[in-house]
Amino acid sequence: MAESVGLLRKAKIMDADRMERAIVRMAHEIAESERDLSELALIGIRTRGVPLAERLARTIEKNEGIRPATGSLDITLYRDDLSTIAAQPLLRKTELNFDIKPRVVVLCDDVLYTGRTIRAALDGLIDYGRAKAIRLAVLIDRGHRELPIEANFVGKRVPTSSREFIKVMLQEIDGADETWIMERG
Amino acid sequence: MTKAGLRSKDLLGIEPLDPSEIELILDTAESMAEIGKREIKKVPALRGRMVVNLFFEASTRTRFSFETAEKWLSADTLNFAAKGTSVEKGESLLDTAKNLEAMSPDFLVIRHSSPGVPHFLASRLKTRVINAGDGAHEHPTQALLDAMTIRQRKGKFDGLKVAIVGDIAHSRVVRSNIWCLTKLNAKVTLCAPPTLMPVDIESMGVGVTSDFEEALDGADVVMMLRVQIERGGKMAFPSSREYFARYGLTRERLRLARPDAIVMHPGPMNRGVEISSEIADDADRSVILSQVANGVAVRMAILYLLAGGSPQAWQEKA
Repeated sequence: MAESVGLLRKAKIMDADRMERAIVRMAHEIAESERDLSELALIGIRTRGVPLAERLARTIEKNEGIRPATGSLDITLYRDDLSTIAAQPLLRKTELNFDIKPRVVVLCDDVLYTGRTIRAALDGLIDYGRAKAIRLAVLIDRGHRELPIEANFVGKRVPTSSREFIKVMLQEIDGADETWIMERG
Repeated sequence: MTKAGLRSKDLLGIEPLDPSEIELILDTAESMAEIGKREIKKVPALRGRMVVNLFFEASTRTRFSFETAEKWLSADTLNFAAKGTSVEKGESLLDTAKNLEAMSPDFLVIRHSSPGVPHFLASRLKTRVINAGDGAHEHPTQALLDAMTIRQRKGKFDGLKVAIVGDIAHSRVVRSNIWCLTKLNAKVTLCAPPTLMPVDIESMGVGVTSDFEEALDGADVVMMLRVQIERGGKMAFPSSREYFARYGLTRERLRLARPDAIVMHPGPMNRGVEISSEIADDADRSVILSQVANGVAVRMAILYLLAGGSPQAWQEKA
């Protein structure tokens, strides 16, 4: 894995086993909170929210016998900093192959930080129609919100300083399941 | 977050682009295409940005396509047609453009009958300039939407045999397409009556023939060009009927191409001159309407990619 420039690994806060346990627990909580699982849709935010949504859906299917619909959302075109950054972020595909209107949507992402990504995702999702409800599942909540946004399902809460950075690695993208706290060197 | 960018503030043609820049535009356009399938066809990416569409020459498809792209990205648009403006009172091109620039648009989309006009303006204005067709020189967004359509149907460019047939001499589409397709390693053959074939065009790295059957032999893509009556194309052959007899694409002729060959046309078509209605309307072979749909996606991609960075930074660099 290519490390981001100037970031050093400070501590491993989750290994593969811990991450798996967190995902299994979150899947149980999501299933428990919904009366009708056939209405459920898990939508991952690009990039690492997508495999997370798939894993949650697989776990729910294993436990409950119903596989929720899954999709992916690219929020690039909804960012609030497009005019202030130098080069454009690479645009990826949004894939929602079902009508979200009759659904309870659980947005999935790896890390919840300022809340601005989730704000953009909500705007994006609402353009696809009026879902019955939208909830939020994140593997790591690291605090430092800049908007009034909270997650309904959280894998682990990690107090961090703003000098630190959370790196979630997933097998599907990074070749390993690990979560690290990184620090600017 | 992966960053993506084009090297220039403007899109003036395909000739200055790298293959990697072309691929970036096509990949971005594939993501943009999804927006056209939504119930609410609008994203806020260019909110508060202004685009001036400066069309000095007739256009339906390209102008509407740019306008659709701009609206889907939430940009504000100003439409300028030479008729009914101060151009009729004798204002010079540069003065018109400078006056428009004083209203601080972020983009200028320009079509003009003289080659080089977009380049002239791009070098004198801070605004980002997009060439929507300059004379018989380049029409970069058309070549990019053609490439996007080919890639969707064929999945690759390497070694693909593309026959471009018709009024080569008057076509800006063909010049942009030659640069685009040869940069992507496709094999391009041009075919036209000798009176419509520019001298020495082989030097662009393409095959040349006046024999339509030879050009069609084994082709994966058959791109038909419009005979440009308004640019004097009709002087080059005796009659439309004779042109159709020699260079019109019919069912029988298309059998010479590969069985899965696709038929393209940049529009507007002259049915019964360069293409038979039977082929133009054959949904299995003709991808003409996909080209139009992809045009919007490609133009959104270009607006989005050029919107990054600040024109001031380019100005300082220059």
